[in-house]
Amino acid sequence: MSQGVLIFAEQREEVLKITSLEAVTLGRELKNQIGGDLSVAIIGAKSSNLSSEFKQYGIDKLYIAESEELNYYDGERYSDILTEAILKAQPSVLIVIASAMGKDIAPRVASSLDAGLAMDCTGVEVIDGKIIVTRPVYAGKALVKVRIDSDLQILVIRPNVFPQETEGNTDPEVVTLQIGEKKNPVSEVQHIKGERPELTEASIIVSGGRGVGGPENFHVTEELADVLGAAVGASRAVVDAGWRPHSEQVGQTGKTVSPNLYIACGISGAIQHLAGMSSSKVIVAINKDPEAPIFKVATYGIVGDLFEVVPKMVEAIKELKS
Amino acid sequence: MNIVVCMKSVPSSETKVKVNSDGVSIEQTDVVYEINPYDEFAIEEAIRAKEAHGGKVTILTLGPLTASQNIRKALAMGADEATHLICENAELADSSAVAELLSSAIKEMEFDVIFCGKKAIDCDNHQVPNRLAQLLGIPAVTAISSLELTAESGSAKRDIEGGTELVTVNLPALFSAEKGLNEPRYASLPGIMAAKKKPLEERQVSISNEKLSILSIELPPPIPGGRIVGEGPEAAGELVRILREEAKII
Repeated sequence: MSQGVLIFAEQREEVLKITSLEAVTLGRELKNQIGGDLSVAIIGAKSSNLSSEFKQYGIDKLYIAESEELNYYDGERYSDILTEAILKAQPSVLIVIASAMGKDIAPRVASSLDAGLAMDCTGVEVIDGKIIVTRPVYAGKALVKVRIDSDLQILVIRPNVFPQETEGNTDPEVVTLQIGEKKNPVSEVQHIKGERPELTEASIIVSGGRGVGGPENFHVTEELADVLGAAVGASRAVVDAGWRPHSEQVGQTGKTVSPNLYIACGISGAIQHLAGMSSSKVIVAINKDPEAPIFKVATYGIVGDLFEVVPKMVEAIKELKS
Repeated sequence: MNIVVCMKSVPSSETKVKVNSDGVSIEQTDVVYEINPYDEFAIEEAIRAKEAHGGKVTILTLGPLTASQNIRKALAMGADEATHLICENAELADSSAVAELLSSAIKEMEFDVIFCGKKAIDCDNHQVPNRLAQLLGIPAVTAISSLELTAESGSAKRDIEGGTELVTVNLPALFSAEKGLNEPRYASLPGIMAAKKKPLEERQVSISNEKLSILSIELPPPIPGGRIVGEGPEAAGELVRILREEAKII
């Protein structure tokens, strides 16, 4: 009989993905309600170095696969190892973060164990011992509540939505996993230069739209992003025009984001864009057109020319921070 | 090179979603269905692979009868033939059931490469490509933004947070497309004419969601009306003050 919760803790090049701790916190809450152990699985080159990161999260067991060969992600091999951890831990719930790696590994594991999977969950509750998940569909234009009916229930959770809280100080039992066989490893990772946070993980996002006027003007919104330590986003219009890279696109055909603060500069607010960002906690809109649909979802708005307003904001924020 | 593209018809991204009175399905009247945008990149990549290596491109769709219009569009872009698994309730179906149906259809075909979109923009499930590859026992590289294909292998770049990964797999293999992989072509007029005569096989299938039940569908809570802080640059200071003191987020 399966019991308890297993978390896949993601690391890249020996750095723990910090949102994994959100998964651990959620896992602990679920375990308190459904019983069993709270376990964490880590796969990587020096996984055991990361085990101290979980000390204050009340976990019972750590499943570790460690080898230089596991330095880079190998979807098939990683999922084989994670599958082995599941067979050992026999959890009723597996929680994975909805990152590039999480969205790749989770369906592989789901398929090999014939399990149901709810992708990009934003709400999880336990009703009569059954887990009910809320997840956005149509990029957030609607929300579905789903129940997973297989023995193993796989939850892939959206980063930045669930809280991260420490509790207790445990000394988990360590279980070593087989490192499996080489399948199709990543042969090379190229890092994009720059210090800005990634869109889906950022707590503040500054986005620019057609109102920015041209690719040469984005330094205005980038400056605001940099004083706030924010990520940079873009509307579909400016990505399709080739002004910004597709990796910055927010919306139904780009990234769905829920930061604490979303600042839309010169974005009118097409339905597909609103779908991708309207779950942000606070939305600020700066637009010349007082009738722009973005103002309907904005918590705070300024009607005005972004080239005048944004530099003034930068000034005011610098003043605050000095 | 035999290439299969899995394609879904989805409500256009401009659609305003409405929930039916049953509370578990979406209203489909007045909804315009388009080729899933990520699948358009998959179709384009498939046609380019055929142009480079020869062979044929087969479109595989699971979806309602009305999806045939979009299948004809894919044929007009340059695909050669299509198989349509007709199923009226596939829009928000469980990915494991979808992957099962697609894999049994593909097992009857010859294939070297399978292209999919990285996800469908209606159900946002992000699962079918990997589940399908697993069922077919072939490697998969998901969410790719570039691909170099030879007769034996494919080297793909996939986007990750803050960078890209390079992965090389031997064929047969599956690749799922991220935006940026290519610029999908428009169908030419001769293409549209030729598409009408290209073979389209239709089959009825039924789907059962054994692993995932939808209990309810709701619209997100309405966003409370915001406030206009002011007009022009004079309002900037006040906005920053509000974000700091009232919203406490900067």
